[in-house]
Amino acid sequence: MSIPPRSTSGDRPIPAHDGQMPRPDGGVDAGGPASTAPPRRSRWAWLARLWALSTGRFGLIVVAVVVVTAIVARFWTPFDPQQVDIANRWAPPSWPHVLGTDATGRDILSLLMAGARTTVFVAVGAGLIATVIGVALAALGALTVRWVRESVAVFVDILIAFPVLLIAMMISAVWGGSLWVVIWAVGIGFGVNIARVTRPELRRVLHSDFVLAGRASGLTPAQNLWRHLLPNVAPVFIVQLSWGMAVAVLAEAGLSYLGFGAPVTEPSWGLLLAQLQQYIQVHPLSVVWPGLAITFTVLGLNLLGDALREATDPTLSRSPFATRRARLHVPEVVA
Amino acid sequence: MSLEVQDLTIDVGGRRVVDGVSFAVPDGARVGLIGESGSGKSLTALAILGLLPDGAEAHGSVRWNGREILGLRDHELAELRGDEIGIVFQEPRTALNPIRTVGRQIAESVRIHEGLSKRDAAVRAVAEARRVALPDPERIVGRYPHQLSGGQRQRVAIAMALACRPRLLIADEPTTALDVTIQAEILELLRTLVRDDGMSLVFITHDLAVLSQIATHGVVLEDGRVVEQAPVSQLLTAPASPVTQGLLRDATATLWRPGGDAS
Repeated sequence: MSIPPRSTSGDRPIPAHDGQMPRPDGGVDAGGPASTAPPRRSRWAWLARLWALSTGRFGLIVVAVVVVTAIVARFWTPFDPQQVDIANRWAPPSWPHVLGTDATGRDILSLLMAGARTTVFVAVGAGLIATVIGVALAALGALTVRWVRESVAVFVDILIAFPVLLIAMMISAVWGGSLWVVIWAVGIGFGVNIARVTRPELRRVLHSDFVLAGRASGLTPAQNLWRHLLPNVAPVFIVQLSWGMAVAVLAEAGLSYLGFGAPVTEPSWGLLLAQLQQYIQVHPLSVVWPGLAITFTVLGLNLLGDALREATDPTLSRSPFATRRARLHVPEVVA
Repeated sequence: MSLEVQDLTIDVGGRRVVDGVSFAVPDGARVGLIGESGSGKSLTALAILGLLPDGAEAHGSVRWNGREILGLRDHELAELRGDEIGIVFQEPRTALNPIRTVGRQIAESVRIHEGLSKRDAAVRAVAEARRVALPDPERIVGRYPHQLSGGQRQRVAIAMALACRPRLLIADEPTTALDVTIQAEILELLRTLVRDDGMSLVFITHDLAVLSQIATHGVVLEDGRVVEQAPVSQLLTAPASPVTQGLLRDATATLWRPGGDAS
């Protein structure tokens, strides 16, 4: 059924000036031939919007620095981070020990770089587990038959009440600390959190008119899920996930600080903080470095998450079309 | 290409909201379903396409070209939806996906049913946008729904419903949520498109004045039952049921204000 496009403006032209939006160019309809393709939107336009946001730029840079450091540290650090050098104990920040050394003469910069590996490993691991658990629970709790939906909701509410970090500490205390305990604890804990926030959002979008309109256009349920449901839930999910990864970084640092996370042989910012902190009255500067690393990473992840949401949601974007008036669009009179 | 609804009943949570509704839409006919809110007219429309919400059950018979389509499985209905039967909803603010461009939404049904490539679909979207007289079609297809006015959004919804040139259009109160002047433009647009394509129309409204402008035949519903079926001219001049008389009073109250000032 391929009928050529016809203009409706026959003998009685249809007035088309019901638009109250001011045209950004103020020009008139170019009236080009029907075969002109519209200007294609770049697939990466959201990245430019992300960069345009100061929070997005900051978050992106911080997270990139941490990730790149972790990758570099996998192959190279200025010194072996576990190399004890008694002769060089408590070297002040100077060349070649840029950030100084600790009580056993280990290079603090190398320790921080190696610690970044642990941090990224934990954040990514916990993020992946949280995503799988969160999406699975949210989908089960929103898209299935009623009794499954309601059971999942109750299950999630029960799991929310579980103190995952305390359980992680118990497990570590009994079987010895390991990064995997931290990853699973935060992954499960935040997966449940994601499910709890995403599930009602999924339900809301599921009952929206445009999902119904998608079905009315002939979309199968799977197509509707991919094109209409998930993209509309994604912003909520992204914010939750970035927050979950930030919590994972904090949890790893906190548990390692308390001695329940990374074993002493693993480089970790939390562990380093705990070790340096014993000498805080003698060498206060050294404690600052791991503290700053943890703070900036957590802040960067959070800001990146918020900025990602803003950059991917066209109703919040600051494109030249989105005038203030459009964002505050007053709903029409509903008769 | 005719639609026949026979003895349609719809139960929502055990309550009967549509009770034995029957009407026919012959090829090219323009039929209006009219009634107060809660009379079951919207559910009737949704039932035709199998789009009833969870917990609503339909019984009876809906025949499209002689083929029973009530109770068809979802993927079988998906082939009809948008391709042979299109639908426009009441609320243009919520009927469009806020995070997809207007053009992609217009071209959606074309991509599904005609298997067009992304590029061809984008070109088609411009053509369809022009067809519903959206201003500056090349540019508007790249915009998002929140950047459009209510009337423009309803034009987009109409373009979506008609992109595959369906043989039947179901319009569920498409003008109710719009300003009066824009209502008239949208009605005029629908009338022209339906006439040009020779498609059938099921138009749902609570306003007899609106109905009289677009439909030739009216089915009056009350509490889920058909109380009157007649040509629109007869509904206007000789309404038989009290419901129709009430609707006519409402319509004349808006058309002719006291004092005889026609507007």
